[in-house]
Amino acid sequence: MAEVKLSAPLTDKDVESLNIGDKVLISGSILVGRDSAHKRLIDLLDAGKPLPVDLKGQLIYYAGPSPARPGNPVGSAGPTTSGRMDPYAPRLLALGLKGMIGKGSRSAEVIEACKKYKAVYLAAVGGAAALIAKSIKKAEVVAYPELGPEALRRMDVENFPAIVVNDTKGNDLYVEGRAKYQK
Amino acid sequence: MRDIEAKTVTEAVKKLCIDACYYLNDEILDAFRKCKEKEESPVAVDILSQLEENARISREGQFPLCQDTGFAVLFVELGSDVVIKGGTLPEAINEGVRQGYTEGFLRKSIVSDPLERKNTGDNTPAVIHLNIVPGDKLKITILPKGGGSENMSEVRMLKPADGAKGVIDFVLERVSKAGPNPCPPIVVGVGIGGTFETAAFIAKKALLRPLGSRNPKPHLAAIEKELIERINQMGIGPQGFGGRCTALAVHVEAYPCHIASLPAAVNIECHSHRHKEVVL
Repeated sequence: MAEVKLSAPLTDKDVESLNIGDKVLISGSILVGRDSAHKRLIDLLDAGKPLPVDLKGQLIYYAGPSPARPGNPVGSAGPTTSGRMDPYAPRLLALGLKGMIGKGSRSAEVIEACKKYKAVYLAAVGGAAALIAKSIKKAEVVAYPELGPEALRRMDVENFPAIVVNDTKGNDLYVEGRAKYQK
Repeated sequence: MRDIEAKTVTEAVKKLCIDACYYLNDEILDAFRKCKEKEESPVAVDILSQLEENARISREGQFPLCQDTGFAVLFVELGSDVVIKGGTLPEAINEGVRQGYTEGFLRKSIVSDPLERKNTGDNTPAVIHLNIVPGDKLKITILPKGGGSENMSEVRMLKPADGAKGVIDFVLERVSKAGPNPCPPIVVGVGIGGTFETAAFIAKKALLRPLGSRNPKPHLAAIEKELIERINQMGIGPQGFGGRCTALAVHVEAYPCHIASLPAAVNIECHSHRHKEVVL
């Protein structure tokens, strides 16, 4: 298990060097969006309209933070269950999205899209939301403020901790990790 | 008769919401420590240490344990000798939730309609389970329930012929399918019997038992013991990255049921097992 420092946005080279089980510390700028923001992005694509953000090289974090107290950039901000974004993810990966951060298993279609478009799926520790918040230095809403916790955000992070679950070779840490300890 | 002011209820509920979301109960921290001793996977031990550190940061009062501060589920035991003055009990409770989630900087996660999906903005309405009991006390228990683990829960109408084995197989199937999604290590509430909705209700209520306690009925305690052992042999581990500690506890509750039925429910709870109670 390697520990890798990643600088976001990501390049093809960055993601191709990652393997399942690698512990990564992400610094840089990442997008944050979950169910409703994804639906709106896909609705725009269906209507042939431009997206409010350029997805090329981006990492998107599936999260809906709790409200920030005065003086803090954000409230608690752990990952939400990624599977709900499975129907949307392949189309965003086709547009150059390089990575997704969440928790829980992805569909075969998403894992295949990670191979095809050279992208990775990372897991943050679900429920470690106060700890994760410490790595978030700045947060701003970039679209859909009316969605409240589900608004599309951009965050500056420093040493944001995650683990590689699906790499660009079609491997799955959830499957392999479980098999190793199954009795 | 004893009078309790509605605003006293509101104050109490507000405090319960905030306390539950910032202060993890010692029983969970003890369970994390025990898991670390048993855990064979270094990644799993690291995760458990992060969860301990997370609880410590949350206790400082700036960041709730989890950003998903849940649906406010309240179990209320109202003494039959109690009169609520200056408002109704549901209104007083919802006002407490409204104030707690706003003043506590907790996330508002409730949409007013499941299909139209517009956020209500104050995390109301709460889910209130009201029970009238003898006496002149009012006991309120809060269980803020996160969406990720709730989504992995299920009710199934088994056949009486399926028996204990049918229930066990159902629970194991549900936990196995849930895998990493509900934020393991999980707490598993199992409800057997009653009607369709009773099974789900007692499965949720089972979560509130002291962590790892056994049902006093030996045949139900035996199911709990078998389930916790077999779940922890699945290999899912903390966060699903592999390991020995998939569930912290399994609690089984039962209720009388119809001659034709064997309802069973599994209510899965994440490691952020938040619950607090107060007696007024």
